[in-house]
Amino acid sequence: MSTHLNTFSSGPDENGHFGNFGGRFVAETLMPLILDVEKAYLEARDDPAFEDEFEYYKQHYIGRPSPLFLAARLTAHFGGAKLYFKRDELNHTGAHKINNVMGQALLARRMGKTKIIAETGAGQHGVATATACALFGMECEVYMGAEDVRRQKPNVDRMRLLGATVVPVTSGSGTLKDAMNEALRTWVAKAETHFYIIGTVAGPHPYPAMVRDFQSVIGEELRWQLEAFEGAGRLPDTLIACIGGGSNAMGLFHPFLDDEEVEIIGVEAAGHGVDTDQHAASLAGGRPGILHGNRTYLLQNDDGQITEAHSISAGLDYPGIGPEHAWLRDSGRVRYESATDTEALEAFALCSRLEGIIPALEPSHALAYTGKIIADLPADHIVVMNLCGRGDKDLEAVLPLLDEMGLLEV
Amino acid sequence: MSYTSARLQKLFDNLQQSERGGLGIFVTAGDPDRQTSLAILKGLPAAGADMIELGMPFSDPMADGPSIQAASLRALNNGASLASTLEILTAFRADDQVTPVVLMGYYNPIYSYGVDAFLSAAIDAGADGLIIVDLPPEEDNELCIPALDRGLPFVRLATPTTNDQRLPAVLKNTSGFVYYVSITGITGTAAVPRDLAAAAVKRLKKHTDLPVAVGFGIKTAEDVAAITSVADAAIVGSAVVEQIRDSLDPSGQATNATVENVLSFVATLATGTQRSAPAG
Repeated sequence: MSTHLNTFSSGPDENGHFGNFGGRFVAETLMPLILDVEKAYLEARDDPAFEDEFEYYKQHYIGRPSPLFLAARLTAHFGGAKLYFKRDELNHTGAHKINNVMGQALLARRMGKTKIIAETGAGQHGVATATACALFGMECEVYMGAEDVRRQKPNVDRMRLLGATVVPVTSGSGTLKDAMNEALRTWVAKAETHFYIIGTVAGPHPYPAMVRDFQSVIGEELRWQLEAFEGAGRLPDTLIACIGGGSNAMGLFHPFLDDEEVEIIGVEAAGHGVDTDQHAASLAGGRPGILHGNRTYLLQNDDGQITEAHSISAGLDYPGIGPEHAWLRDSGRVRYESATDTEALEAFALCSRLEGIIPALEPSHALAYTGKIIADLPADHIVVMNLCGRGDKDLEAVLPLLDEMGLLEV
Repeated sequence: MSYTSARLQKLFDNLQQSERGGLGIFVTAGDPDRQTSLAILKGLPAAGADMIELGMPFSDPMADGPSIQAASLRALNNGASLASTLEILTAFRADDQVTPVVLMGYYNPIYSYGVDAFLSAAIDAGADGLIIVDLPPEEDNELCIPALDRGLPFVRLATPTTNDQRLPAVLKNTSGFVYYVSITGITGTAAVPRDLAAAAVKRLKKHTDLPVAVGFGIKTAEDVAAITSVADAAIVGSAVVEQIRDSLDPSGQATNATVENVLSFVATLATGTQRSAPAG
C-alpha cells in the first residue's frame, strides 16, 4: 500500500500516500468528487495556460515575489548566524494563505464550479477565500467554529464585507476541526455545484499535494532570491517555519527537500507546554490516526477520540498536521521542534521592536525557536525563516498579555 | 467472493420467503449511557427491528448530521469507548443469538484499538458485519480485506454519486448486504422519493446479488413502507436517536421514558414493513 519514494520531493504515490501517511479516508459520497478534483488538478498542472493565469494573479494581485529581507538587527541581537525573513506577510490579505486559495479558485473556475466552500480557524484562510471569490464573482460560504467567530471578529467582518457568508459551527467544540467536519458535510450535500477550498496541506488526496504545490512558490522564489544576496549557488543552511496544518512550511521546505545539506526545522505550537494537555503539537504529543481524510499524527485519547488542541495562535490550533510532515518526520528529513505561547509572545514583541515588523502569532513561534539556536551557529551560516503572516489580526488578543509581561514598556 | 454471517443470511432468506422488507434500526452504543443503551438494544427485536446497526461513537463523525453527532457526544461524555461498545454487544448477545448486529462507525477508534485485536473482539462479541464510513474501496487493505479474511462481512455504502464506472469497484469486496445511502448528503436529512429509491435499487441489483438496504432520511412508518416496497430493508437512524434526545432530562440524562419512547417508536416504524398483505 505504501510505496517507497526515491526522493523526498517526489511524493505522494498515485494513491496519495506519503509513506504510511496521507491517503483518501472519506465517505463514498465524497470519493467521486475528490477523484474529479484530482483529475482536474493533474490536467491543470500540465497546462501552460493554467500556469500563465496563476502567474498573472501571483504577480499582479497577490504581489509576488514576496521580498527576502536580511533581518540585520535581529541578527545582531542574537549574535550568531545571519537571519533572513521570507516575507509572505506582505502578500495581499497579509499571509501566505492567498497563494493556495488563488490556485484552487482558478482550478474551481476551470472545473466550471461557481460556488466555493471553505473552513477557517483564525479567519486568515476564510478572508483569503472570500477575497478570491469576490475577485472571480463566485459565491462563498465559510465555515468557522462558533468560538472562533467570537474570538476573531475583525476577520468575520472582513469576510462579510467581501461578500462571503460566514456560517458559525456549533457542533463538537466549535473550533477549526469542527468547522472542517461541517465543510466536508456541506460539500457532500452540494457536490454538484460546489468546490471545497481546503486551507492547509491536509484533507484527502489530492489536497495535501495540491496545496503544497500552490505554496511551493515560497521556496522556489527563495532559491533565486538568496543567490542575489549571497552569490550564485548559495543555498540556505537552515530553513525554519511554523506548523499548524503546515502549508507555509511545506511551501518553504518542498523545493529544498532533496538538497541534503539544507537543514530543515518545523516549529509546532507547544501552548502551555508539550508535557501538558494544552498544546497543538501533533508530532510531539500525538500518534498516527485517521481524521479529515488522511492518516497523520493526531492529538487523540487512548480510545482514538480526537482531543482539542490549544495554542494562543488560532492558526496553529489544530489537532492534526499535514501527512507529508508526518512522513518527513518519520523519515528524519525534517526536524520538528516547538515553542510555547509565552515564547511566541516574547518573539512577537522582539520582532516588532527590532525590525519594525509586527509578525503574526504563527511565525512568532518560528522566530521563538530560531532564537533558541541561532546564537550558537557561525556568522557565515544562513538561516531563512518564513514570516508567513502579519500580526495586525492578533493585536486585540496579544496586547493585554504583552502588557502583563511588561513587554510594552519603552 | 461471498462472505456473510449466518445471522444475516438467515434474516434475508426469511424476509424473502415472507415477502416482507426488513427494518434496520441504528442506535449509538452508550447513548445516552451504557445501561439505558443496553436496555434499548435488548428491546429492539421485540419492538420490530429485524437488524441493528450499532454505532461506535466517534468525536468527529463527518458523514453524520446533528442528531447522530449529538448521540456520539452524549455517549462519549458518559464514558463510552470502543471497548464499551463491544461489551454492550456481548451483553446483548447473551440473550439474543438471532438478530444481526452490524457495527457502524469511523476508522480511527478501530485503528487506535488495533485492527487485528478489534476484529477478534468484534467477532467474539457477536458482530455480523462492519460499516466503516471513511474507508472507501481505495483503502480496502486497511480493514476490509483483513475483516473478510476473518469471515466478517464488510458492508459498503453505495451512494447516488457512485456512478456505473465506480460501482463494480465499490461492490467488489462488499458482503452481507449493500447499504444504499439514498441521498447525497449527511444523515438526518429529508427522505428520498420512492421512485428514485426504486430506480437506485434496480441499478444496484443489476450489479450484485446481495440484498440492498436503504438508509438516510427515513423517518416514518410511511417512509419505511415506501422503501421496503422497493428494497430488501430500510434503515432508520436519526429519527430513532431523536427519540432518545427528546426523552432526556434537562441535564441530558436518561429518564423513565427513554427506553419506552424509543421502543414504541420502533414498533410504529415496524408497521411499515409488511410488503404485501398476508394471504387469506
